[in-house]
Amino acid sequence: MFHWLEKRPFFFAVAVFVVISFAGLIEILPNFAQASQPVVGTKPYSTLELAGRHVYIKNSCNACHSQLIRPFKSETDRYGHYSLSGEYAYDRPFLWGSKRTGPDLHRVGNYRTTDWHENHMKDPTAVVPGSIMPAYGWMFKNTADIDTAYAEQLTIQKVFAVPYNKEVPLADGSKATVALADSVEGARASALEEAKVIAADMKDQDVKDAVAAGEIPEIVAIIAYLNSLK
Amino acid sequence: MENRPLEYDYTVAKMFMLTTVVLGIVGMLVGVILAWEMAFPAVNTIAGQGLAEYTNFSRLRPLHTDAVIFGFTVSGIFATWYYVGQRVLKVSMAESKFLMFLGKLHFWLYLMLVVAVVGSLLLGITTSKEYAEFEWPIDIAVVVVWVIWGLQIFGLIGIRREKSLYISIWYYIATFLGIAMLYLFNNMEIPTYFASGGIGSWYHSVSMYSGTNDALVQWWYGHNAVAFGFTVPIVAMIYYFLPKESGQAVYSYKLSLLAFWGLMFVYLWAGGHHLLFSTVPDWMQTMGSVFSVVLILPSWGSAINMLLTMKGEWQQVASSPLIKFMVLASTFYMFSTLEGPIQAIKSVNALAHFTDWIVGHVHDGTLGWVAFMIMASLFHMAPRVFKREIYSKSLMNTQFWIQTLGVVLYFTSMWIAGITQGMMWRAHDEFGNLAYSFIDTVSVLHPYFTIRAVGGTLYLVGMFLFAYNMYKTMTSGRRVEESELQNASPMGA
Repeated sequence: MFHWLEKRPFFFAVAVFVVISFAGLIEILPNFAQASQPVVGTKPYSTLELAGRHVYIKNSCNACHSQLIRPFKSETDRYGHYSLSGEYAYDRPFLWGSKRTGPDLHRVGNYRTTDWHENHMKDPTAVVPGSIMPAYGWMFKNTADIDTAYAEQLTIQKVFAVPYNKEVPLADGSKATVALADSVEGARASALEEAKVIAADMKDQDVKDAVAAGEIPEIVAIIAYLNSLK
Repeated sequence: MENRPLEYDYTVAKMFMLTTVVLGIVGMLVGVILAWEMAFPAVNTIAGQGLAEYTNFSRLRPLHTDAVIFGFTVSGIFATWYYVGQRVLKVSMAESKFLMFLGKLHFWLYLMLVVAVVGSLLLGITTSKEYAEFEWPIDIAVVVVWVIWGLQIFGLIGIRREKSLYISIWYYIATFLGIAMLYLFNNMEIPTYFASGGIGSWYHSVSMYSGTNDALVQWWYGHNAVAFGFTVPIVAMIYYFLPKESGQAVYSYKLSLLAFWGLMFVYLWAGGHHLLFSTVPDWMQTMGSVFSVVLILPSWGSAINMLLTMKGEWQQVASSPLIKFMVLASTFYMFSTLEGPIQAIKSVNALAHFTDWIVGHVHDGTLGWVAFMIMASLFHMAPRVFKREIYSKSLMNTQFWIQTLGVVLYFTSMWIAGITQGMMWRAHDEFGNLAYSFIDTVSVLHPYFTIRAVGGTLYLVGMFLFAYNMYKTMTSGRRVEESELQNASPMGA
């Protein structure tokens, strides 16, 4: 049979393709629908948070920080409750990472503050002596891309039925609604409102001035995102 | 006319040989910079605060992985294909104007792609998925380049004189099909600019999969990109170049059959070992773990087949640096394919995952196996392609030992770093509290990060020696006749 295949490139290629493709079918397909269901308490990202997530991705934060707490005592002691599948329902792409050069960030919003992040991003060793993380000074100068974040929100609402402007259940039994503006101008305005809350807790005068003038520096967006990780 | 030996046309092979060398140096140089940044964070701002955004670890890291995978390794795959393909199929590229055109088009489009990738990654335009960082416009270009290569492969096969496909051809076909399938499915994404009616940046996209599903597809891709980028095509190379250079027949045809179909069947299942103790269903994790261990069989099948091919001719290892490169590559392949399954065992993975031990594993495979085999292939090709003897044998020997030392320093330091950090993360004191803060587990790694940076630097030095030797071969090696090119490559002192 193999001698026969070796003289027939077409059938050889077909045979190879069959052999390599069905592992993926069997492993990936069966749980597809189930794995994408959100757990109670998981909300879609707001425009500013999503813009912050883009800043996180732009700077490959995931190259050094995981967002996956494994079910071991040492990890739950350090980072909080182990991660659940449904908590990632609105994560496109997933940001689990594969290397922990720095600590896990899946629940960093529970134990770090805006102030801490501001100091840390400016000079990591100021808050963590001995840290090998580089400073991210440019995040205080670059402007966050709110429009693209809004475009992504519109896309996922339309294509994947992500529940913007709909009630989602929270862990304490109450409900919350993540609003999505109906125009770019509206999205910019609501992101700015969120940004003002963050900037109020910050010290950097340039950042405060920028937000007052209607601009949102990247640092504000990424802090909004990090604070949302709980 | 009829009895003249075939004149193979290596125009395209030469072009890709050039990019292999250049992108190898670029990718590894970036890697070395990263290694020094981890040991001494001040290196992050080595070009000043103004350029810090582009020299800092997080921007350069995807550039390093993509430059060595899609730059160095893939160039090496293409370069060897345009050499091996003609020879084992007994047909010259010059016989078909169309295939020649495809080959050149393939190269120039590939080169444009390289420029686009480097630029976009430096600007931070990335999807964040490892080894699939490119945004949708580049993804489409990648597919086009890959399809052109496929047309070239099957076009050349279509006009072949040798009817039976040699083992290397099996592996090249599998490389083409495997990467095509994986890349397409993992990069399913929706451009937000078009879906939202023209808002935001035009190149941004959002993944079709979310959360756990995205992770599952990504590591099915990530793991098997290693299979079809770092294993399958490199096995294709060793099956051609080792027997050719040593003048020995492949030890066992049956073993090569078993190893090929075994590898094709088993490899794809093992992706789940990247997701142990994650939120992926438990049965998938177990499958990933079990199949990773089974994977030792086909991997060692190829490696043992290659080592036994040298049976009775072991003195060549001492006398020829080229054989040294290939035998050590094969040995590192065995080593790496044993280490991988060990790390895929759940209890070991609990310790090793997220640590530098994984980084060490990747590098003993890529530096010891992939890069050694690609460089050996290029060394073997050079005299046949340029009709000149290899410029310097002693330089090859020097390169071999410098790089071997570099790899050994790399993986030993990363073993110690990874296991140390893994143990410290999980350590509890007598009261059941965590024994170390996170920064303790980072500070302790400083000496190992430094040793790794030295190892990487040594390897890079070897790359420069390689480039120099290739350049001198091309320009001033002694001219050789066809009769000198039967087996062992001619080398100058």
